Amino acid sequence: MVFDETKMNSLADATSQPDVAGRSLWADARRRFFRNKAALLGLGLLIFVVCFAIFGNYIAAWNNSDIDYNVMGDASLSGPSLSNGHYFGVDDLGRDLFARTVQGTQISLLVGIIGSAIAVIVGTVYGAIAGYFGGRVDGVMMRIVDILLAIPYMFVLILLLVMYGRSIGMLFVGVGLISWLEMSRIVRGQTLTLKNRDYVEAARAIGVPPLTIIRRHILPNLVGVVVVFATLLVPLMILTESFISFLGLGVQEPQTSLGALISEGAGTMNYGTLWQLAFPLFFFIITLFGFYFVGDGLRDALDPKER
Amino acid sequence: MIVYILKRLAVAIPTLLVLIIVSYMLMHFAPGNPFSSERAVSPEIMKNLDAKYGLNLPLWEQIVHYLWQVVAHFDFGPSFVYKDRTVNDIIAQGFPVTLTYGFLSFIAAVAVGVGLGITSAIRRNSWLDYCAVGLSIGAQVLPNFVMAPILVLIFTLGLHWLPGGGWSFHDPRFWILPVIALSTSYMASITRITRSSMLDVLGSNHIRTARAKGLPNRKVILRHALKPALVPVVSYLGPAFVSMITGSVIVDVYFSTGGIGKSFVDSALNRDYAVMMGVTILLGTLTILFNLVVDILYAWIDPKIRY
Amino acid sequence: MPLLDIKDLNVRFGTPDGEIHAVNGVNLSLGRGEALGIVGESGSGKSQLSFSLMGLLASNGRASGSVTFDGQEILNLPEPQLNRIRSERIAMVFQDPMTALNPYMRISDQLTEVLVLHKGLSKRDALKEAVAILDAVRIPDAANRVRLYPHEFSGGMRQRVMIAMALLCKPDLLIADEPTTALDVTVQAQIMELLGELRRELGMATILITHDLGVVAGFCDRAIVMYGGRVMEESPVDPLFEAPSHPYTRGLLSALPRLDEDTAATPIRGNPPNMAGATVGCPFRPRCDFAEGICAQEMPPLEGFAPGRTRACHRAISALNEEAAA
Repeated sequence: MVFDETKMNSLADATSQPDVAGRSLWADARRRFFRNKAALLGLGLLIFVVCFAIFGNYIAAWNNSDIDYNVMGDASLSGPSLSNGHYFGVDDLGRDLFARTVQGTQISLLVGIIGSAIAVIVGTVYGAIAGYFGGRVDGVMMRIVDILLAIPYMFVLILLLVMYGRSIGMLFVGVGLISWLEMSRIVRGQTLTLKNRDYVEAARAIGVPPLTIIRRHILPNLVGVVVVFATLLVPLMILTESFISFLGLGVQEPQTSLGALISEGAGTMNYGTLWQLAFPLFFFIITLFGFYFVGDGLRDALDPKER
Repeated sequence: MIVYILKRLAVAIPTLLVLIIVSYMLMHFAPGNPFSSERAVSPEIMKNLDAKYGLNLPLWEQIVHYLWQVVAHFDFGPSFVYKDRTVNDIIAQGFPVTLTYGFLSFIAAVAVGVGLGITSAIRRNSWLDYCAVGLSIGAQVLPNFVMAPILVLIFTLGLHWLPGGGWSFHDPRFWILPVIALSTSYMASITRITRSSMLDVLGSNHIRTARAKGLPNRKVILRHALKPALVPVVSYLGPAFVSMITGSVIVDVYFSTGGIGKSFVDSALNRDYAVMMGVTILLGTLTILFNLVVDILYAWIDPKIRY
Repeated sequence: MPLLDIKDLNVRFGTPDGEIHAVNGVNLSLGRGEALGIVGESGSGKSQLSFSLMGLLASNGRASGSVTFDGQEILNLPEPQLNRIRSERIAMVFQDPMTALNPYMRISDQLTEVLVLHKGLSKRDALKEAVAILDAVRIPDAANRVRLYPHEFSGGMRQRVMIAMALLCKPDLLIADEPTTALDVTVQAQIMELLGELRRELGMATILITHDLGVVAGFCDRAIVMYGGRVMEESPVDPLFEAPSHPYTRGLLSALPRLDEDTAATPIRGNPPNMAGATVGCPFRPRCDFAEGICAQEMPPLEGFAPGRTRACHRAISALNEEAAA
């Protein structure tokens, strides 16, 4: 899990500045975002991928688990074809690859979004609490984060998955719980700055309880960073899940994900069935590009420092 | 400086202990392990385990015992699956391979990434810069498990230039594809980080001072800009290292290099918890040691944290 | 022949939001040993003006016009020729000593590299010289402290180091860009005093860039007042304070807190100008109490009205006085 922390912190600073008179941060950001071609391209890709995942099953001619014995095992028949309804061909068991890719995209998107939501929620709450209370609480909480960051999380995740069952729920939680660490660091740093602002001190002076202050004065200022971070986290979650599925340790048949499909495709490509790799890979790549471009675009829109 | 190193050690050692203890407890409480005797384990192995772990002792004594074995004797105990092999045997067989191509990949990623990043920042908006930026964007969506099949497709199945798997310590042709597959995405990240931090530094006040002194451009960059530009790169090295170690699993599986990652995945599929733990702890230790080196490197670059 | 002669200097920055006009048609000249103040609020283009002289604009900045230094055209010179002038003949003290010194290098290395480069000294001689100059800017225990890093100095001491660095080659012209803005008030006075002494000792011409009219009063012979990248008023210092001729200068003066009179300081209303694109008319008009119809249509030319004094305003001084009294 790799983020450029300096950029994130610079973004956090930029989005928590009081508005300059007559100029709203968000209106400016929207204008900049829609002028950014890469970001618009990313947005287009994402809309396409999401539509594919949601509506793909309505155009699929086959179900994702039925085996078409007519074309199975024959490389000349099992390729992509409009006439027999296998738009993307079939996999090496004779299942329709279009329907499988739709299903894989759904699962990958779901893992990405839910995993990133868990990471963002845990990270924000943890970081805000550590930063707001400061002192010894902060010291201990951040030391824990330091320790966890030094652990090769992928091995621990696989250990967990193998020992406690490879359910998709476990995957969501596992992937989410290992990636909140960086979020918590950024949020903590920002909270440390924010809590010395006059309005927070004023709120404290009149006896507003800490959790209310965090909720009403600290968290709203973090929306920008959180949104950008979450957008950039989704592709990383998808990567993590695909990595595990590629090794055959992730989602279980009959469920599938883009990583699992890529793994199958890579395993059979020397038999000349290249489409089994190409279609899942295509959706995998445009999904990642979509999220990266939108995330980068949002960041540059909110923090327009020339780089 | 010594105080600083001691401080970092004070984080590193507990991290290692936490890693070992948590792994052991995970194993102990995992369903279907030999300790819970829900699974049929062959009597010889059971005898080995009993002798090694003292399974009739209370949990905390088992942990202390295991810890002592690992720390003092570097002994990870017997395998749960193979009655005539210990975890140490399995590690000793695969580790040198992983270490070799891992080291080469890391060097390649850092050397090419830093070099390309700096050149593209200095020659901003040249064709070289566009190539570097294009590469670093493209490689973001080409993680090792995507790179590996694509490389095999091109260089093995297509061009027949390089072997698509296997390993030999004497024949560098076997090293090339693993190193490229493993290093590309980190090379790209390092290029991107170096470029953007170099651009940041070149726009900073102290570089203007250096220019105002009349220093030639080369000196401005080498003497004044290089060190600060490398700070974010150095802080990326730790996470990159962890991530590369993780990626080595893919390389070992896909290229059948016989490295330690393959043993990890096999043991995950066999539920050979002892091997999984051994590998996790070994690689965790490596990560922690590496982070220590990075921290020292950091202090060497930045005089402000040298106390 | 003046030491420095600037003719019709313009500085533009290309940004994704359009072109920024930072400096617009500035003319000025400076004699040897003279001290000139450039006064204006932040965003008035005064710093960019000084950066453009030394070729230090950001990469998206372009300067046009003419700048002759000691008879030689120096604007947009190629880097190698510029490097022979930088530091050796024109040196600069920057605003924020915190960031203007390289935090990753020892002070000794930052000082000696200038002497090695321009004077061809050996490292050892350069170090001796560096210690001597640190003594001259009154850094106590200079021989030992020269080995420290910038963060080990206080703000005032860092600015002394900055000044020492600028004086290493005894330049003909020193440009001090807000040298005291980042410092405590008490330290500000010490730094200005030091700069004054060194200037007299070395006979350097000096350009002092500041937003603080008070600093100009004690230090400069002459001052120009800038607003929106344009010169609003130019005058010797004493008459500028006694009888400011431009509404903006008046505003700046009445915004200064005074001890000798029992009146409150009144800030100038409104915000500093937006510098994007070319402006039509007087840039100060939206904030000016004396603006008339013509002010929106054309920029008033700079016109002489007393010995050594020029102003750019459509309204006559007498009219300003009458309206202010009413």
